[in-house]
Amino acid sequence: MTSPPANPWQVMMTTVRAVTTETPGVQTYDLTFDDAAVTYSFLPGQFNMLYLPGVGESALSVSSDPGDSTKLRHTVRVVGNVTRAMARLRSGDKLGVRGPFGTAWPVDDVRGKDVIVAAGGLGLAPLRPAIYHFIRHRSDYGRVTVLYGARTPEDLLFANEYDVWCAAGLDVQSTVDIGTHDWHGSIGFVTTLLARLTLDPARTTVFTCGPEVMMRFIAAGAVGRGVSASQVFVSLERNMNCAVGLCGHCQFGPTFVCKDGPVVTFDRVRQLLLVENF
Amino acid sequence: MIGSVPGANLWLPKPALQGLIDRLRELGYEVVGPRVADGAVTLGEITSLAELPAGVQDEQEPGRYRLKVIESGGYFDHVVGPHSLKPFLFPPRTTVLQVLRVRDSWEAHSPEPPRPKRAVIGVRSCDLHALAIQDRVFLGSTHRDPEYAARREGLFLVAVNCGRSAATCFCVSMDTGPAVTGGADLILTELPDGFVVRVGTEAGGSTLAGLGCQECSPTVLAEAELVPKRAAAQQTRRINPATVHDTLMNNLQHPRWDDVAKRCLSCANCTMVCPTCFCSTVNEVTDLTGEQTTRERVWESCFNEEHSWTGSGAVHPTTKSRYRQWLTHKLATWIDQFGSSGCVGCGRCITWCPVGIDLTEEVAAMEGERK
Repeated sequence: MTSPPANPWQVMMTTVRAVTTETPGVQTYDLTFDDAAVTYSFLPGQFNMLYLPGVGESALSVSSDPGDSTKLRHTVRVVGNVTRAMARLRSGDKLGVRGPFGTAWPVDDVRGKDVIVAAGGLGLAPLRPAIYHFIRHRSDYGRVTVLYGARTPEDLLFANEYDVWCAAGLDVQSTVDIGTHDWHGSIGFVTTLLARLTLDPARTTVFTCGPEVMMRFIAAGAVGRGVSASQVFVSLERNMNCAVGLCGHCQFGPTFVCKDGPVVTFDRVRQLLLVENF
Repeated sequence: MIGSVPGANLWLPKPALQGLIDRLRELGYEVVGPRVADGAVTLGEITSLAELPAGVQDEQEPGRYRLKVIESGGYFDHVVGPHSLKPFLFPPRTTVLQVLRVRDSWEAHSPEPPRPKRAVIGVRSCDLHALAIQDRVFLGSTHRDPEYAARREGLFLVAVNCGRSAATCFCVSMDTGPAVTGGADLILTELPDGFVVRVGTEAGGSTLAGLGCQECSPTVLAEAELVPKRAAAQQTRRINPATVHDTLMNNLQHPRWDDVAKRCLSCANCTMVCPTCFCSTVNEVTDLTGEQTTRERVWESCFNEEHSWTGSGAVHPTTKSRYRQWLTHKLATWIDQFGSSGCVGCGRCITWCPVGIDLTEEVAAMEGERK
């Protein structure tokens, strides 16, 4: 992680090098820093504030390989003003970046363990840096299983990479909520993939990201199978404005999601996640 | 020469307070003090003793604030008005970034924050505690707030011991007043003919030279000690800080949240007058050419729906969820985050609530149910 900048508001300018459409409404932006003096590195699971002057900022997790400092990629779905304006960016356009911010998937702490990466929808984007890390350091880990669910087959993110991940020694399983005539895979929620999985709870860690209700069921399912709640990591989504714990938007009980999260242990938040609208 | 080392008590005749104002101005401070404006005692620049609200007393009740003037009253007979130190350190509107279009790109720079030298006269114990709380929020974690830090450095504080409590005050129960115990450069206690000045810091003591300070007799000191005790004895409202955390966090589904949501207008007044509420949001302000953008940070409130907006909707879409967010943060999870309550018992949120919601009553209702 880079040391925190003296002024948390300072923006670094980047140039968009490529825009790739991943799935309907979801694009990946490849960015390079304009100032050659910028030394940027991030940990898997961390996020940046992406900024379009005159439009605003949006908190978006990094989706690229933390081991490759030449690439900074964000995979973004159009949901609001900023992401809608970003969708009009073309190669050569400028985008501001502040970051990286927040906590990371604890990839170093779980060396030697079996890891289940459970993602729903766009939740695979902040987990992809962890997947790349496991591939780079494959022998440091036990079984690594990627469980991924999307709404329909055409919503499956990074689908052209699953074979590569399998070839690198990961077990990749996907499922969709709604099948199509040419879909021969699993149908059902990602939680059903977890239920079918054989696992050794004492040596298993779970990283999960997706809609909050999905993460709750994944986490509860893992805990129900004997995995410790302190070995289940969730990535929370809240409104982020300053990204450094000064603006209050992301406060969730005792947690500022921007700096104490977004990645937190399930046992830290399990009670509050059950309270509607908390 | 009377010793003016920290801890010393001196006697300052009433007119000599003008000398202190003048001295602070000579030292380059903008002097801010209480004065009557818009029907309330508010904080603003003063140059003369005559601007202080002599004899003005505030009557405060839930949803009610009125001023009255008492013959031959003191300069500091009022309690706390809608202003606290907050706007002076964390301004309601400030620029965090300026962005200029340069050819096909943008140049962004964060302006150097202003470093005003400001002396505030008449600060109360609750507000000194609120300042310490905001220090922990803005200066206590990995990222310091540059603007707050710059403004905090130049602050000189002349505190006053309260001689009255408003009906909405509950600092005694929060252990934040009314007697000032520290955190100020000078601490005044007003008596009919003058002030007992306790020196809080060396910088405070050095401003007193040549102002005509005299030694304090034991009788005067004893009289001064009674002043905040008198204020303390007037308080009727209370919160139990030892139990409030668990009371709220164990009752997140309590029907009282629905009850208060029926009364709450979600207007955000409580968060605006609160001396510790620190939420803000950054707006893009663009000129007509599109060549220049200013990122302006403005006060925000957890009572606004946009406050919790995410791609999948608002996390706090109802008044119930927003009031619960505010109260549980203020009185409970603030302790988990910063090691102290976010409430100092100043009572402003009670007075300035247009429908008179009283947080001490809301907590009491939940305490009662728990037993």
